[in-house]
Amino acid sequence: MNPPGVSAGDFAAAMAAFKEAVGEAHVFTSDEDVALYRDAYDVQWGLPGERQASAGVAPTTVEQVQKVVAAANRYRIPIYPIATGMNLGYGGSAPNLSGSVVLDLKLLNRVIEVDDKRHFAILEPGVSYFDFYRHVQDRGLKVWIDCPDPGWGSPIGNALDHGVGYTWYGYRDHFYSHCGMEIVLPNGELMRTGMGALPGSKTWGEYHYGVGPYVDGLFSQGNFGVVTKMGFHLFPQPEAYRSGTVLVPRRQDLVALVDEMNYLEHSGIIGQPNYGCPLRMVAGEPAVLPLLAKPGGPTDAEFEALASAHRLPCWSCEVQLYGPAKGIEANWEYVKARLAAAIPGASFEDGLTYEFPITAEQRLKVPHKPSLGIPNLELFRSRSALNPNPSEGHVWFSPVIPKSGEAIFEAQRVFADAVRGVDIPTIFGRGPAYGPFSTPSTWMFRAFVLITGWPISRSNPDQNRRVSEALRKLVQVGAEHGWGEYRTPPAFQDDVVKTYSYNNHALLRFQETLKDAVDPNGIISAGRYGIWPKHMRKS
Amino acid sequence: MNLFKATLILCGCLMLAWQACAADSSLINEGNAAFQEHCAACHGKQLVANGQMLPGTASLAIKYKGAVPPALEDRTDLPAAFVIYTVRHGVAVMPFFRKTMVSDAQLDAIAAYLARNYTGPKPAG
Repeated sequence: MNPPGVSAGDFAAAMAAFKEAVGEAHVFTSDEDVALYRDAYDVQWGLPGERQASAGVAPTTVEQVQKVVAAANRYRIPIYPIATGMNLGYGGSAPNLSGSVVLDLKLLNRVIEVDDKRHFAILEPGVSYFDFYRHVQDRGLKVWIDCPDPGWGSPIGNALDHGVGYTWYGYRDHFYSHCGMEIVLPNGELMRTGMGALPGSKTWGEYHYGVGPYVDGLFSQGNFGVVTKMGFHLFPQPEAYRSGTVLVPRRQDLVALVDEMNYLEHSGIIGQPNYGCPLRMVAGEPAVLPLLAKPGGPTDAEFEALASAHRLPCWSCEVQLYGPAKGIEANWEYVKARLAAAIPGASFEDGLTYEFPITAEQRLKVPHKPSLGIPNLELFRSRSALNPNPSEGHVWFSPVIPKSGEAIFEAQRVFADAVRGVDIPTIFGRGPAYGPFSTPSTWMFRAFVLITGWPISRSNPDQNRRVSEALRKLVQVGAEHGWGEYRTPPAFQDDVVKTYSYNNHALLRFQETLKDAVDPNGIISAGRYGIWPKHMRKS
Repeated sequence: MNLFKATLILCGCLMLAWQACAADSSLINEGNAAFQEHCAACHGKQLVANGQMLPGTASLAIKYKGAVPPALEDRTDLPAAFVIYTVRHGVAVMPFFRKTMVSDAQLDAIAAYLARNYTGPKPAG
């Protein structure tokens, strides 16, 4: 498969130039090698719309990246940079535009610097969370990394797709905690942002802005260049960790619970709060199904009667604290006193405590490792006695909603009504995708994500089609209520971007103006997050 | 053939066999290291929180219901070619892995490590 609009002669010449740049062994053109760039979790797997690469090219140095990009520009070859390519559920390693050459940066994998006195690192994109963690542990450095659930991703790739994690405040927003970039521009020129633009700068990984307009955001979920280095602020290893859980008895207590947690989190007293609905465990029971199927959802009385019948509280929230042991014990006491005063009947359970460093054996037994910055793959626990034939992947729907109990109730109701009749169980197990027990994910520290995930099958295109239809409907319904997605696979990026349409799509038109100026041949990641090159743009 | 010649030939054969064993052993050691780096996070033998197996190991325990050991490193029925095929094609929720993630040389070593105790029929060809 040649890239669209590229002659066989130009494609062959570009391939020769790529081989000259990176060596023949690092240019992948055989069918079996190129197939490895498919998105293993693609909703369009095997269908005519599946996005597939024409080749892969894997540089090992920044100079090689520059040569590849310059050659791609010369021959008008669309290229699609990936870091580790493991953004599964949000696109994997497959390009937006079929026929693109994947610029595989996995072999650009040096940890340039980690400073555990000033708490920053500078990395290349092929470094995975596992690699980064090993580097820190092997050297006994007293910093934590903040990782998402799967540890095989790249800190750079994840940050550039606005990925998120689990530790303290700003560290959880991986783009927010980045500091400085090195970028190969579409003409092959090398640029550094922030303090990195100052030759000999001593603070590239520490002060974001340098001077003048701040452009780093253009390179996240964007297609204006190839990021070859990034700085990250790091969390100093805390002395201790403790968790505890707050349980509240009534359904409407969720409003006060969220308000209180917002105060505690935004004040820097607690880390990530994890909301839960204990009633979720009975969601599959026959007596509960009519309540879930009821348009508009159950009344408060019905909800609380169910909780009472099962002797369960209506909501829970796990609180996580990081810091000096005495300090976090005092903060936990403060949290309990504050919640007890705000919500009559609130009860509390002590959770886990750790003092750092922990042993390898302790590390193995940590129930949720990313909360302590430990990369792992334990999320992929897909096969179970209840689900002996698990799916072959998943796709996420990730709408951002306000951080309030009222917003949770509204989104539960609206999305539950929207998915009523969609008979595909989610990857979270029993019950529908949305309902009165849905609780938000709290990676972002100023907004919630009411995420759901559906299974993907490489052998069941009909199920994938129904998942796609349901997801597109949710995108529209969400937008009608003021909730946009923060991240989505290529199959849905045009749909999602279209919903960010304020003032006749002024934002997208501005991005297109920049695209035309920076990348006039449209070679970098054509179509990523709705930004198409001029010659491919629909009117 | 005199005794001296026969002894020389025997020594030569033993030397070749020793070299082959050493080469196999080296490949298996490399495979062990590569397995720990690339595979063990899902398919390792350690138990994690609440005594659970790691996800890949747990998955195979459910799939095979005790007919084979759940940990890949304990299996004796894995031919190298099967390991290579699975890594390059994926299975269930495990995706396939590109050659920049696990190179052909690393994969050959991993396959040799997992097939070191293989007792099944020799693959055809």
